[in-house]
Order: sequence, then C-alpha cells, then structure tokens
Amino acid sequence: MNRRIQKTPLQLQRRHPCLFSVLALVGTALASTLSGAEMVVYTVNYPLAYFAERIGGDSVRVHFPAPSSVDPAFWKPDPEIIAAYQSADLILLNGAGFAGWVGQASLPRRKLVDTSRSFRDAYLPGEETPVHQHGPAGEHAHGRIAFTTWLDPEQAIIQARAIETAFVKLRPDDELVFAQRADALIADLEQLDRDLATAFAAIAGEPLLASHRVYSYLARHYGLDLRSHTWEPDVDPGEADWQALDASLAERPARWMLWEAEPLEAIRRKLEARGVTVLVFAVASNRPARGDFLSAMRANIETLDRAQ
Amino acid sequence: MIDSFYLATRYLLFHRVRSLTVVACLVLVAALPIGLDRILEESEQQLMARADTTPLLLGSKGSSLDLVMSAVYFGGQHPDPISLAEIERIEETDLAYAIPIQMGFFARGAPIVGTTIDYFDFRALSVAEGRSFAILGESVLGASAARRLELGPGDSLTSSPESFFDLAGAYPLKTKVVGVLAPSGTPDDLAVFVDLKTAWVMQGIGHGHQDLSRVQDPTLVIERDAKRVVGSAKVVEYQEITESNRDSFHFHGEPSSYPVSAAVIVPQDDRAGTLLLGRFVDGSLGGQLIRPRAIVGELMTTIFRIKEVLDLAVAIVGTAAVLALVLVFSLSFRLREQELQTNFEIGASRGTTARLLAAEFLLLGGASAACVALVLFVLDRFNSAIVRGLFVT
Repeated sequence: MNRRIQKTPLQLQRRHPCLFSVLALVGTALASTLSGAEMVVYTVNYPLAYFAERIGGDSVRVHFPAPSSVDPAFWKPDPEIIAAYQSADLILLNGAGFAGWVGQASLPRRKLVDTSRSFRDAYLPGEETPVHQHGPAGEHAHGRIAFTTWLDPEQAIIQARAIETAFVKLRPDDELVFAQRADALIADLEQLDRDLATAFAAIAGEPLLASHRVYSYLARHYGLDLRSHTWEPDVDPGEADWQALDASLAERPARWMLWEAEPLEAIRRKLEARGVTVLVFAVASNRPARGDFLSAMRANIETLDRAQ
Repeated sequence: MIDSFYLATRYLLFHRVRSLTVVACLVLVAALPIGLDRILEESEQQLMARADTTPLLLGSKGSSLDLVMSAVYFGGQHPDPISLAEIERIEETDLAYAIPIQMGFFARGAPIVGTTIDYFDFRALSVAEGRSFAILGESVLGASAARRLELGPGDSLTSSPESFFDLAGAYPLKTKVVGVLAPSGTPDDLAVFVDLKTAWVMQGIGHGHQDLSRVQDPTLVIERDAKRVVGSAKVVEYQEITESNRDSFHFHGEPSSYPVSAAVIVPQDDRAGTLLLGRFVDGSLGGQLIRPRAIVGELMTTIFRIKEVLDLAVAIVGTAAVLALVLVFSLSFRLREQELQTNFEIGASRGTTARLLAAEFLLLGGASAACVALVLFVLDRFNSAIVRGLFVT
C-alpha cells in the first residue's frame, strides 16, 4: 500500500505547517463558495461590524444600516430596516443596553448573539436617570448601563471571540479560516491595548473629565481618574453646568476633558480659559468617515500622545 | 331477467317513499361507521401532524395535556407560567433553540399568542397580506381570525384578559394589525400573533406613561427631588403603543424573571433532544420537557378506546336496523301475498316471482351501495376541511 496516501491531515500539519495552512484556507474558502450563499450578518454598531468583517472575510456579508450621521446607540430603525434584520442569518448585538430599539423590536431570538453576555456581571452604570414611582409597581428607574464596552480592548476581544463562535456555529466547515482571521484581529486588539496603555500611562492618576459617561470601561481598564458630565459637543451646557464644572475643578483640578466629537469653539475656549484641554477620543460606535475601527483608535492614541 | 328488473324498478318507483326509506336505512347503517372511522382517522392525522412538527415542549410541572393543548393547539386551560430564565438555561446548553409562547389574552374571541418571530419560520407560516410584526404594539392575524374579525393591515385590535375577573391590573392594549398570514389549515389560522414583549405589555409587565421627570402638571407628581419622582394615581398608562409614545414603554424587573406560558424547544438533532429530556429527568433543569407526539398519542389512544365503545353501539344499532328491515320485508311479503298470488294465477311461475323479488332486493342494495359510495367519496374529498372546521379552525 502506498504510505504517502496514508498520511493523515494531522501528520501533514505537523510536517508542513505552512503548506497545511494554505491548503486548509484554500480548501475552506472553496468549500464555503461551493456550500452556497454567503452568510448575512447585521450588527447594531460599527465595532461589531468591523470585527465581523475581519473574522468573516469574503464568506460573510456584514450590514450595519445606521446612517453615518446618527449615534447608533440611540438610532431607531424603521420597520423596513427591522425586516432586513429579521431576515439576516445572524444579528450581532453589543449588549449592555446598546441600541435601545432592540428592546422594542421583534427580532428572531435564535439569530441574536449578545456579544457581551459573558461579561454582563462586569457592566458599569451609564447615565443616571431619576427613580420614579407610580401605581403599584413600586420605585424603579429607566437607568442605562454604560454601553461602549469595546473601548476596553479586553472586552472587545471577548466580543470578537463571541462573533467567531457564532460564525463557526453557523458555518462549522469554515472553522479554521474564521479562527485564523479572529486570531489576526485579536493580535491587533492586543497591540491596541498595549499602545493605549502606553498613551494613558503618562496621565494615569491625574484627574480627567469626560463630556459623557461613555468612557467608563476605558477608565476602568486603564485606571483613569475620570469624572463624567452630560454635555453635548454642539450645545453650550448652560450656566448651571459651567458652575458645576468650576466646582468640580476646584475640588479636583483636571487638565484634560475627553470628548466624543469636536465641541463648539466657544466651549473649547471656555474650557481652555479654565486650563482644561479638549481631547477628542472617538468611541467609533458609527462607521468613521475615513479609515476603520483600528485607525480611529490609533487617531485617539495620537491625540493622547500630543496632549502630553 | 331484464323483464324482472323492469317490473321491480316500476314497483319500487311506484312505492318510492317506502323504497327511499329502505335505501336511507341501508345507507345510514353502512356509511355511519365507515364515515365516522374516516373522520376520526383524519382528526388523528391532523392532530398528530401538529404534534409531530413540535419536537419538544417546555412548561411548568403539572398537566402535560394542558400544556400541549395550550401551547400547540391554543386551546384548553393555560398552564402556570415558567420564567424566561428556564428557557435561557436550555439555550445555554447549545443543544437546542427555544421559541417562547405566551398565552392568556384574547382579542374578540381569538387567542393572542405572544411569541418571537422565529415562530413563523418554525411553522413555515407566510404573510399573505402586509408584513410580519416588527416593533412593539403590532399584531399579525391568522387567516381565519382575519376573516372572522373582518380585519386587515392598518386596522387595530384590542386585547382583553382571559377572564373578566382578572383584576390584577392588565389594561386592554390596542395593537396595530400589520399583516395577515396565509391559511395553513392549523390552529395558527385562528390566532392573533404579537411579539412576546407586546404580550408582556398586555400583562402589565411593561408599560408606557408620561415622563414623570418632565411633566408640568403638579397633580401628576406627589413628590419630586433630583433623584426621585413619585407619581400620583392620576398618571395614566398608555393603552395604545404609537410612534409618539413608543419610547416611553419600558419593562420592570429582571428580564429573566418574566413569565412565559411555554416554549417550543427545537433540538439540533435527536441525540440533543434525548440529552435534554435526560436533564429534566435527573432534575438538573426545572419545569417539564415533553414530547407533544407522545402526549397526543396517549390522547388518541383514549379517544380510540372511546371509539371502540362507539363502534359497538353503532354495530348494535346497525344490527337492530337490519333486523327491522328484515321484519319490514317479511311484513311486506305478507302484505303482498295477494299480489304474488295474482302473479301466479296469470301464469308467472314461482321462479319468476322469486326473480322479481330478487331484482327488487338487488336494486335496493345497489342503490344503497351507490349512495354509500357517493357519501364516502364526498367525505374523502372534504374530510380534511370538515375536520379542520370541526376541530381546528
């Protein structure tokens, strides 16, 4: 009997790892093509769409239908777009209360993947809302959870792995190719983590301000002393909020304030008059005008580097 | 022989009422048990088909028949609810996916089924008019329900609790009809479908009201400070979910504690189903997980036991009817004694008389057999629809 024919894939992998990888990739890509249409995936924010695109490659068609001008956390899709979500093979949710419309929409339960479910015990509180009471229901609040989970790269890695697992469950034949792409993405996220840690190291321990409570996970991960306000970049916060800021600065003099987007020039000048520098740190919940998730995060790192 | 048949035909036509009565008796005696048997067979087939397409059913411990009748056929008593957490525990096993079903509300007599959109895929239900529900407060009608209620996309339908004595605080909720399903010949045709979350709003678990932190009317607020607002009894909960108030709808408590009447569990394969059933047997998962096929099978066995008694009754009645017919014929011979004697006297032999009587029997028997065949043909043709009309829709 011909001994060469008897070689198992495992033996081939051990002797020629590179050749095996190439063959496996070609084989799975071919199998994926032959096995039918590409997998249709809908996401509720851009980071998940980016992770899905990186992991899924050509075998996955990723849709993130929120218009670029809106914050996807507060976007409300119309019934036609919800119908498109309903028809997807997979719907990637961020969890942590991101995209409130999901709680009011009729989405197919079996297609939903809550990518942050495994660390739900580690969620942080979001914007505060007053507790209210009416009728027999007792006191309750419609409070939010901090939802920018991906700003902690360790959490982003868990979310990416959840996406990979969901893809593999749907397309087990493509397991190897998904795993390799996920590994490459995770290597990038780990590098991002190291770079952010270096960038924040210089200001760690110093008091920081934030325009919104969207940096909670970032602050926790990098040990930042962050105090959040509820200010919009395009609206002057008003005299009461400026006074509150002054009181806060008197208590803990902060030199930097993180903003999701460039604030009004008037706001910037008033902050600078108080010795506070504006640092635009994009959370990238929506698709950036240029580049991708990683380039948006690298731009954040450059902003931090310039501030020091 | 042709002469005999001619004379017999003329005789039977002359005594048409008596002939028709005899034929009707024979048709009833023959068609009743056969027809009943076929209707029962079709009922069994339809009930089993529905049960067969429901691999496993999760519900609270108690009557498994009630659970199947409620969650599969949308009838009977509704079992005690389970919590969503129990469904999530099954999903976490990765052996199956679950389709929750929430019952207990009606809309003008039609049962409201709260479920997820997966249900339509699972039962292969297609939307004939409009679209499927997409957001809170929308409903989709089964084909028969839409026909009976004379509703279609764009209309509205208000829920009512199962019992008028349900004073626990469930307000009627007006839903917007957005679609009508294509007929499926199953209990789905009778139902009104809403999203599970809409069903929870009907139940009072979710609700919408004015933003108490922003209301200006002082009579709506009893107490207010920076972190706490206490509303008065005047705060009205919305009874219709509209574009303008949808955002105010919210749910209280931990979602995993929300109630669900039952859940259809769809295992990945037979092995996964058996493994799941095993976990319920050893008590590692709560509630009861049943195979509807087995429960409906037991029900059908009971029904067939009753049918055996019914068959016996039909056989006894049939025998009595045949004996009565024999009596009728023998009395008829006695009444016709004079007529038969006249036949003999004008030259007809006894054999001719016997042939004449035999021809009458054959004609009556033939006519009865033809009628039985016609009845069974019609029954076979419409059996499925009749059973659906009687038991399903």
